[in-house]
Amino acid sequence: MKSQVAPLALVAALLALAGPVKAADYTIDMKGAHASINFRIKHLGFSWVVGRFDTFTGQFSYDQTKPEASIVNVEIDVASVNSNHAERDKHLRSADFLDVAKFPKATFVSKSVAPDGDGKAKITGDLTLRGVTKPVTIEADYTGGGADPWGGQRQGFAGTTKVTLADFGFPDKLGPAAKDVELRLYVEGVQQ
Amino acid sequence: MHGYIIDRRAASRSLRPNSERLNTDVAESYPDYAIFASYPRFRMQIKDTRSGYGLLSRLLHWLMAVAIFALFALGIWMVRLDYYSPYYKLAPDIHRSAGILLLILLVLRFAWRVTSEKPDDQELKPLERKAAHVVHWGFYPLLLALMISGYLISTPDGRPIDVFGWFSVPSIIQSKGLEDTAGKFHEILAYVTIALATVHAAAALKHHFVDRSSILTRMWSGPPNT
Repeated sequence: MKSQVAPLALVAALLALAGPVKAADYTIDMKGAHASINFRIKHLGFSWVVGRFDTFTGQFSYDQTKPEASIVNVEIDVASVNSNHAERDKHLRSADFLDVAKFPKATFVSKSVAPDGDGKAKITGDLTLRGVTKPVTIEADYTGGGADPWGGQRQGFAGTTKVTLADFGFPDKLGPAAKDVELRLYVEGVQQ
Repeated sequence: MHGYIIDRRAASRSLRPNSERLNTDVAESYPDYAIFASYPRFRMQIKDTRSGYGLLSRLLHWLMAVAIFALFALGIWMVRLDYYSPYYKLAPDIHRSAGILLLILLVLRFAWRVTSEKPDDQELKPLERKAAHVVHWGFYPLLLALMISGYLISTPDGRPIDVFGWFSVPSIIQSKGLEDTAGKFHEILAYVTIALATVHAAAALKHHFVDRSSILTRMWSGPPNT
């Protein structure tokens, strides 16, 4: 136990030395539904099927002058998958796809943020889906922010990433044209 | 080994299953040909009577028996189909459509049952009669719940169920995630239904082969002449 406590204490000491954190903390606005996690996947190679996860929570810290110091965490209630078709959603929740009984949560925890300039950044982090944790990179876009009309501060982002289903242990059910799924995220955070 | 005695009368009796309620006159006049008396005549009479089931009840009984087992097998098979199977869409379409038709038959049959005379079951032992009663009346709520749960898998997003392109049944309850609960119930109820149907069939076969009763044949041939 001691060997674990020592580094933790060191980290805490370093954080204290770093002084007050400038970055503000934001909570993703689920209450007002100004955020959505969408996905799209090829159907037979002919067209796109679009769906979303209706329920998730998340926080991020963001400092406009130091975007590389940003941190973001998102937790998705996987059972909230919604492709606008009850029978398909039931199938998506089953062991053939998301297996929500076994893996009710999916999470994204950022590890590093690499600004590309012009409000763009690459957010690399760990995506845990279906019990498998793999690094993914989200192409993020700052979409706007500042004082809202109701006395709060908000920041907005959009992001896209691509996930290969087989990497996360999805059984191959949809054929060669649907090996990857694209995730599209639209997030608005309210400052705490 | 026991002594091997050929007793023609006993033999002819044993060849006379369920004949008491059938053509007893033939059986008594020609005991050696009594086997033919076990082939019951088929009665076209529509209504049920104290002595047996009319044509409509028998038709509904066998039609639904076949449909229930067929839908069960179809259901088990279709959920395992590969996405690229040619039956991936067709099999559930048939399952849903046939299920709705079965629901209509169930309502019709229940209405017919409660307004018809109930064929006599005095030959059963009190315990058997009680068990038969539970099984027979158990089928109605069980099948109703089975079919409602099936309907609720397909309709909670507002989509109707299309029945063979003939007509469609609209969605009544829209509730996100209801399809999961409905699906669990549908599966459990399907197994319970098949278990009950198996008990029912085993009991019918026991009455036929062990008790030599006419209870099974009258579900096929209808009430006797008398």
